Amino acid sequence: MARLVLQRLALLIPTLLGLSILLFLWVRALPGGPATALLGERATPEAVANINRLYGFDKPLLEQYLTWLGQLVTGNFGVSTRTGVPVLEEFLGRFPATIELTVVALVIAVGVGIPLGYLAARHQGRALDHTTVVASLLGVTIPVFFLAFLLKYAFAVELGWFPSAGRQDPTIVATHPTGFYVLDGLLTREWDASWDALKHLFLPALALGSIPLAIIARITRASVIEVQGADYVRTARAKGLRPPRLRRRVVLRNAMLPVATTIGLQVGLLLSGAVLTETVFAFNGIGSFLAEAIFSLDYAVLQGFILFVAVVYALANLAVDVSYGLIDPRMRVR
Amino acid sequence: MTTDPTAQTIVGATAGPPDHDPAGDDAGASIWRVAARRLRRNPGAIIGAVIVLVFLAVALLAPVLAQYDPQALPGRTEIRPTFIPGPSDAYPLGLDRYGGDLLSKLIWGARASLLIGVLSTLLGLAGGALLGLLAGAFGGWVDTVTMRLVDLMLSVPSLLLAVSIAAVIGQSPNAVVIAIGVVQVPIFARLLRGSMLAQRDQDYVLAATSLGLSRRTVVMSHIVPNSVGPVIVQATLMLATAVIEAAALSFLGLGGGSPITAEWGRMLTAAQNELEVAPRLALWPGACIAITALGFTLFGEALREALDPKTRKR
Repeated sequence: MARLVLQRLALLIPTLLGLSILLFLWVRALPGGPATALLGERATPEAVANINRLYGFDKPLLEQYLTWLGQLVTGNFGVSTRTGVPVLEEFLGRFPATIELTVVALVIAVGVGIPLGYLAARHQGRALDHTTVVASLLGVTIPVFFLAFLLKYAFAVELGWFPSAGRQDPTIVATHPTGFYVLDGLLTREWDASWDALKHLFLPALALGSIPLAIIARITRASVIEVQGADYVRTARAKGLRPPRLRRRVVLRNAMLPVATTIGLQVGLLLSGAVLTETVFAFNGIGSFLAEAIFSLDYAVLQGFILFVAVVYALANLAVDVSYGLIDPRMRVR
Repeated sequence: MTTDPTAQTIVGATAGPPDHDPAGDDAGASIWRVAARRLRRNPGAIIGAVIVLVFLAVALLAPVLAQYDPQALPGRTEIRPTFIPGPSDAYPLGLDRYGGDLLSKLIWGARASLLIGVLSTLLGLAGGALLGLLAGAFGGWVDTVTMRLVDLMLSVPSLLLAVSIAAVIGQSPNAVVIAIGVVQVPIFARLLRGSMLAQRDQDYVLAATSLGLSRRTVVMSHIVPNSVGPVIVQATLMLATAVIEAAALSFLGLGGGSPITAEWGRMLTAAQNELEVAPRLALWPGACIAITALGFTLFGEALREALDPKTRKR
């Protein structure tokens, strides 16, 4: 197992190197070069020359790349041109918000999706099954930002059950030792703050989790239906395994393999969906930060975000591969 | 190889649908005939096709159907900061924040959104098919290099990749088309390559090769026509994704244009601030995006089932 993890981590290095080369060339391929990109409308010839000297854009490409790579490795992702704060600092400050959001979204997606898909498969062809199939189809085709609108309008604006924006009610004075608001409230015993943060999380997380939920329910349904009809399930039943144990140990366990892969793939979807959901709910995470960076053409932030998401994405898929070993003993041997 | 006269004619033939393959590939033709028959019997396919055709018709006939121009603001004088007139005889779906007729803008929006969706998918399909074909036909180092590039692109979630590409190109509808098209390239490339690899070891390919046909003929008139099924299915499904992602990019402001632009995603951005005053401004364009995506998805799924030999006997 440890060997598999190390192997996969080693494979991550060429991917990131390749990606860093693409990102490096990408900004340098801009019309007018990176200085123009940094300066925007203020790009007078002498300002461009200044920036080029300051940032070393006038040096040979290879030298520039190696310098940049050296900075990346030491955690220096450059400075946000919009806020003037180092990109890493901006990320670390906002990342807890996005982690909270995506974790709650994933919990909703997995917690509802798997049981729903499983129940639909067990009642194949009946009303519950049809409803699940139709709902999962709608879940995939409704754009996440539109769903966010609908939820915000119905449950925040009209019914007033949930707050419509932000991470915490401004009237609540709370200390934030970790930046994870729900956790912070638990640590400092400010229960109100925790509860309030959870209420702020619910609607955005539901919107964000909708597509993964639909996909997970669908894959679970298909996978359980396939496994139910497999020969080894018939054999297990024939040798007298009781149905509850049969379902738990044989059907569910075997059906979970494709589901695990799917869950890993959802992490990318969640991180890109966060850009949209956080924007709708004015949720101050890295997603809404990226949305703002787009307008101001804040390339350091864009580059940093993409590298960062690629790492998270790869790690999530690694976690899935490791989880195979836990689900399926056959995978452990390798 | 290029001097082979038969190869030349066959290369041209692959541009058309595979069922008109002059090589007389009966098996290939029957797949499509069977698929068409099965599609007609599938209610999902019919619903999907009807949705797609309705929206296509609206998009094509927009100048006839829409009462006002996309940029027109006929009700400008009736707008108050806290009040936006709802449906009336003059404006069937009411006005928007700037005094534009919502129905007219939705109709023009169909044209803008579908055009972006279709163009970007065509771009992705063309690029992906080219890369996939190179990788699948040549194998070896061409395959390795192409697939590493594809893996690299797939290592970033597609929407983020599209956002960053569009941000670099600049805020315009063209940027959105290119960004969403480029993001689709690795998906089509991998699919066509995989599909071609699966065909390469089939007996009929061995037979064609042993008859002494050139590699080009074998690839173009035997392997490719038998590999395009999954690619066509994917393209149909991709249209749904493209419409949604195009709306998402416009929503983030990457589509450019002024706030009164008649494009569904852009209309949703504008509606964001009016949620308490006029929620219908968000409901209508959002529903249009979702229904269009549903149409393409239903039809694409049905097509996948119809072309899948495993479900053929049902």
